[in-house]
Amino acid sequence: MRKVDILIVGSGIAGLSSAIKAKSLGADVAVATKGVATKSNSVMAQGGMNVALSNIDSDSPNLHISDTLKSSHNLADKEMVSKLCNGGIDAIKFLEEIGVPFSRLDGAKTPLKSIAQRALGGASAKRACYAQDYTGLKILHTLLDRAVNLDIPIFEGLFLLELIKNSDGEVCGGLFFNFDSGEIEPIYAGKVIIATGGFGAIYSKNTNSATSTGDGLSAILRASGELSNLEFVQFHPTTLKGSNILISESARGEGGYLVNCEGERFIDELSTRDKIAKAIFEQLKQNREVFLDLRHIGKDKLEHLMPQELKLIKQYANTDATQELVAIEPAVHYTMGGASVNEQFEVIGLKGCYCIGEASNANVHGANRLGGNSLLEAVTFGLLGASEALNTIASKIEEQEFNYTLPLAKDSDNLEVYKAKNYLADTLFKQVGIIRNEQNLLKALEAIEELNIDSLKIDDSPKYSTLIIELLELQNASILAKALIKSALWRKESRGAHIRSDYTDELVEFKKNSTVSKKDLV
Amino acid sequence: MNIEINSKSYKIEKAVATLLEAMIYIKENTEPTLGFDYGCKSGVCGACSIRVNGKEKLACSYTPQDGDKIEPLKYYPQKRDLIVDKSSQKELLKRVKATLISYNEQVLSQEDEAKTQVQSDCILCSSCYSACPVIDVNPLFTGPFALTKTYKYTIDKREEATKEHIDNIQTNGVWDCTLCNECTLACPQGIDPKTDITNLRNLSAQNGYMDPNFGNMSFGGAFGFDPNGGF
Repeated sequence: MRKVDILIVGSGIAGLSSAIKAKSLGADVAVATKGVATKSNSVMAQGGMNVALSNIDSDSPNLHISDTLKSSHNLADKEMVSKLCNGGIDAIKFLEEIGVPFSRLDGAKTPLKSIAQRALGGASAKRACYAQDYTGLKILHTLLDRAVNLDIPIFEGLFLLELIKNSDGEVCGGLFFNFDSGEIEPIYAGKVIIATGGFGAIYSKNTNSATSTGDGLSAILRASGELSNLEFVQFHPTTLKGSNILISESARGEGGYLVNCEGERFIDELSTRDKIAKAIFEQLKQNREVFLDLRHIGKDKLEHLMPQELKLIKQYANTDATQELVAIEPAVHYTMGGASVNEQFEVIGLKGCYCIGEASNANVHGANRLGGNSLLEAVTFGLLGASEALNTIASKIEEQEFNYTLPLAKDSDNLEVYKAKNYLADTLFKQVGIIRNEQNLLKALEAIEELNIDSLKIDDSPKYSTLIIELLELQNASILAKALIKSALWRKESRGAHIRSDYTDELVEFKKNSTVSKKDLV
Repeated sequence: MNIEINSKSYKIEKAVATLLEAMIYIKENTEPTLGFDYGCKSGVCGACSIRVNGKEKLACSYTPQDGDKIEPLKYYPQKRDLIVDKSSQKELLKRVKATLISYNEQVLSQEDEAKTQVQSDCILCSSCYSACPVIDVNPLFTGPFALTKTYKYTIDKREEATKEHIDNIQTNGVWDCTLCNECTLACPQGIDPKTDITNLRNLSAQNGYMDPNFGNMSFGGAFGFDPNGGF
């Protein structure tokens, strides 16, 4: 029977930062992940991590706070944003000292002053610290190297099914499906930290790892925790047309233009993502193809600053971005909403359970996240979350019997899982996309209800079954999709990434979070 | 187009840009339980590494050709179909202590960044490991990715414990490599473990270590490799 002080579910940047911090505070900590650590969505983050270091432009945490609040469309919480932005220095120092290979500036006097910074949208200074355009990859792998060498157990292939509660109703562990054995097993813990990421991959056109299916959020909801702001789904303006491979905001930060098929620029390229995605969508609606133009930046500079972008554009669009225009379209990129947490990152309605990173709604992004703030949140709140979880009395561990039934049945039509998955994903993209209205939202809700995903079963041996994982993910996707649509229906206004054609104005009565809990879904 | 996965033939009745798309097509249309791993679909998570006609590739960035033969990576225990157990990666990283062991406050420059830039592009796909012929003879060999990681931390100016890194790669480490270059050819990220290993040998010599093959007057036979590790 596995028992730890702190169980972290998810092995991305938030989860591993938290694990390393908890370990340094003397806790017995374990990480459980449904895949392998290197497969987390974090490795795909390219552009950078915002910290007001003033290494290039004059900057300050206050300026960073004000940019973040502005971008949030008055929905983020000033205290939490301040915690985030002021925590940046500790976060970057932590990363520097474990060996993250950041891009550098020459002639600096201190380690932190040597970290290169670039402009990203909505920022009033060059603020994003980066490692070429592999920022997420290099941070994640450095964290993994550290975690492994600190002897932190990373249990791979454990898919979170349910949170375990004790008789006081506090969370004291997680119940998992073990991919390697095909069996159900619990891990008990004094505190559980959910760091399972967002749910962007439940949409058909997205830039996320296929793993981003919101499993932790669905488990929180089923355990009576509260989720909020799910309707704020960020579309990244620049993904390769067709394949939706992400082309980082750094491409515009370094001076790239957005042009339509007539060669006209139509938006400030360094505006926030919600505005740019909408502007591109409107061009596409008028049958004007949209391109990213990097040619004027110059081959040498592009190769130095964005080696990954050039490679991806060549590989997936067969385009030489130093010489040619790159056809792009917006796609789902990030989910601003998530588990509602208090200032200590404890989930509202779920004692003993904490939530950090993209999975949480820590009230720092509001209706639109700034590029570079997600990595900052993952590390800063990852570190702080571990401290907070260890700051209060651990939940009493009560061992229990479980009779969880896996969705298995002989002679099931296994192909139904993929049909339902693709239908759900397409429905979300078409009806719950960049521009929404009540009619389409209701249509989508009805279509998803009709899929009756809870009744789906598969015929496969559960050991090493990717099919069963995909069905479990689909069950979670279906719950989150319904919760997202209900939130989108409630918000009868347009704000940030939530744009409604039937309610086009930002309204003062909606200057608050939408919330959803288990009772809203019955 | 037909492709073979573990000797079984599959027909792909759709235009696909990548092998991963072909595998997803099979799963969604003919064999829903087909086991393969993937994540990012853009060459940065390393999960979909497989072998195509005997060469290591990432399924998400390889364009399939009619008649391609797909197999799992070598040396790792097979779980199901193309899925292998890569958990020994972490054991290797621990064995060589691939981390910044003792932080030394240093101000880094662009030149310092360039020294480890390519090495830190590693996505831990294990293509290099699967391509390495030494593992076949000595399963305890540290292998390319863990040595490249060691090199990266060893030459990082912030590392005070450089000697400890060098100490950790003497047994089943740098001297067991035959410098055959297969790892370098296999790496989807353009990393050159062979050169990193050569550099680690030089650093080992500077730290007082000798090539055990020379010490024993054994030049390791035709492959320049001594299966007894010089003992």
